Amino acid sequence: MSGYIARRIWQMIPTMMGVVLLVFVLFNTVGGDPAYVLAGKISNQEQIDNIRRQLGVDQPYYVQLWIFVKQIVSADFGASWSTNEKVSHILATRLGPSLTVLVPLLILDTLFSIGLALAVAYVRGSLTDRMVMIVCTVGLSISILVYIIVFQYFFAYKLGWFPVQGWGDSFAENLFRYAPLPILIGLAVSIAPSLRLYRTFVLDEINQDYVRTARAKGVSENRIMWIHVLRNASIPIITNLMATLPGLLLGHFLIERFFSIPGIGREVILAVERSDFPVIKAITVYVAFATIATNLLADLTYKAVDPRVQLK
Amino acid sequence: MPHDVPMKSPAPALAPREIPHTVSPGLWTLAWRRLRNDYVGMVSLAIVGAFIVLMILSATGLIAGDWSREVGTNYAPPSFIGADVEGGTPAAPAAAPTAPPPASEYKTSIVDPIGDVIAELKGEKAAPAVPGAAPGAEEKSVDPLADVMADIKAGKGVKGETAPAEVRAATLPFGGDKWGRDVLKKTIKGSETSIFVGIMSAIVATILGTVFGALAGYYGKWVDDAFNWFYSVFSSIPYLLLVLAVAAVLQQKGMLTIILILGLTGWTGVFRLIRAEYLKHKAREYVQAADAIGASNARRMFIHIFPNVSHVVLVQLSILTVGFIKAEVILSFLGFGVPVDVVSWGSMLNEAQNELILGKWWQLVAATVAMATLVTAFSLFTDALRDALDPKLKGRHGH
Repeated sequence: MSGYIARRIWQMIPTMMGVVLLVFVLFNTVGGDPAYVLAGKISNQEQIDNIRRQLGVDQPYYVQLWIFVKQIVSADFGASWSTNEKVSHILATRLGPSLTVLVPLLILDTLFSIGLALAVAYVRGSLTDRMVMIVCTVGLSISILVYIIVFQYFFAYKLGWFPVQGWGDSFAENLFRYAPLPILIGLAVSIAPSLRLYRTFVLDEINQDYVRTARAKGVSENRIMWIHVLRNASIPIITNLMATLPGLLLGHFLIERFFSIPGIGREVILAVERSDFPVIKAITVYVAFATIATNLLADLTYKAVDPRVQLK
Repeated sequence: MPHDVPMKSPAPALAPREIPHTVSPGLWTLAWRRLRNDYVGMVSLAIVGAFIVLMILSATGLIAGDWSREVGTNYAPPSFIGADVEGGTPAAPAAAPTAPPPASEYKTSIVDPIGDVIAELKGEKAAPAVPGAAPGAEEKSVDPLADVMADIKAGKGVKGETAPAEVRAATLPFGGDKWGRDVLKKTIKGSETSIFVGIMSAIVATILGTVFGALAGYYGKWVDDAFNWFYSVFSSIPYLLLVLAVAAVLQQKGMLTIILILGLTGWTGVFRLIRAEYLKHKAREYVQAADAIGASNARRMFIHIFPNVSHVVLVQLSILTVGFIKAEVILSFLGFGVPVDVVSWGSMLNEAQNELILGKWWQLVAATVAMATLVTAFSLFTDALRDALDPKLKGRHGH
């Protein structure tokens, strides 16, 4: 096991280097001289020269790349080009609000989707099943933008059940006052695809021999579904959950933007709007690293929940 | 080839029984037959086809070419009754004031109060308190429009044929936007942009993924390693983050830019599947036979193997198109997509966001309905296509 982990970590290095190289090529060669971008933001020529010197723009590419690698390792990307806030500080402070919305959302989404998937798969082929699937397909085809616009308009603006937008300082206030509507929207958007996927996972299991055996020996239907089938279907579900984890951090950037939640996703949008390259670079690299790490974690979880899996 | 197909061969001249030489139907013929029997698949194909025809007609300027003309008043509400006013034909509105249409003709409940108000205003103009008591009281945005509408109608009644040709309609069948442009035409124009971007970027991504996958799967060894490395790099950055990062770097906006952004970043899924197919196929007998007759590597890859994996490519193409249409809408909404003078579903939703607060829901509904219809049809068609092309898979995915 530890040998496997060591080998996997060793294999991660080329991918990480690739990510660094890709981001570097994107921002340092395709993006061109940062002076052009900076000229529109900072009037002080000295400051621009300073930033160019820090990035080593006049030096050969390998020196620039080395500077970039050093930035990543030391987590010091300098200051934002727009707000002059330290990039490391931006990342540290934006993570909390994102997680405040995402963790409850992920938990609720998983619980609802699994419950519904078991129910729908149990009555597969029936009218209910078909109706739910049709609703899912239609629901999936409506842009997340529409959900946000309409939900925000009705529940916050018209009915006044939730604040239209905002974010406070205390965790409890955020979680119970500002987060519920974003979480509700997130659920409306994410249950349809999760349900569709989990339903296929359950359907894969429901026709297996062990289900017939359980039925033959008189196990109750509830026990078959919740114990026998769910345990087996949870293997792909967990893997899928792990795999989508890092993407989620950004997946709801639209929600964060609409509700003015100071999270990572909103920060990315702001950074792209302002051409704030250090922030985008830092977020891209670290989220990619997180993705690579969770991929390994997903494989290990896979092994943990299914002892039959042989890790090579 | 499977022979379990019912022998309703398309060749009617099956008379010479002595020669049992019937050409067994190919993959595409079989797939088409299966697809034709799939009711849902055919209906969605028709809808997708209709959208594409609409896109072509719009692109060639046959319809909605004048979408940017301000034919209605600002935020003209949707009403089919007002349709006769549209186009500024002076004869029709001249008749309107004398005989206002009965309220029963008004279709939607939101338009209904306007009818009452107009009638009130027409009958006795000295009763301004009455509109406030009208059922439209809670719909506060309706009242001013009713006034405008009544004014225009009254004005036309007085002036008669002196009304200029570019007079603005008070209502449009599907409503007007902030500048009084017809929302229906705008939606058609927006569909053109969104579908075009979706299809073109899907083509770019599919070609990239197919070529990379073919090279990696066919040559194996270090080529495979190199492409796999490339794949793992691209797939370890969450898709939208990568798109946004590229959008940040490429400063100029335009259709080509967004097609390139989506196409260059979206090839990974196709690559993985095509690579697996090529790995499977390269050891098959027919490829060995092609080798034996001296077919070159490129020929084996793209003439011999490719037709056998092309169904995977086709399904991926349509999956990607749906995804890219959605991505384009989000990017354009954020302002990183199409330029400001180009209308797309995303830019429409962006305008609709503020309009909704003012109670002007029609642009939101128009863009949403158009997009939801197309994407639903396209997804169902993709499912049907996958079932038709690979019947072994049937029932293994959500449908």
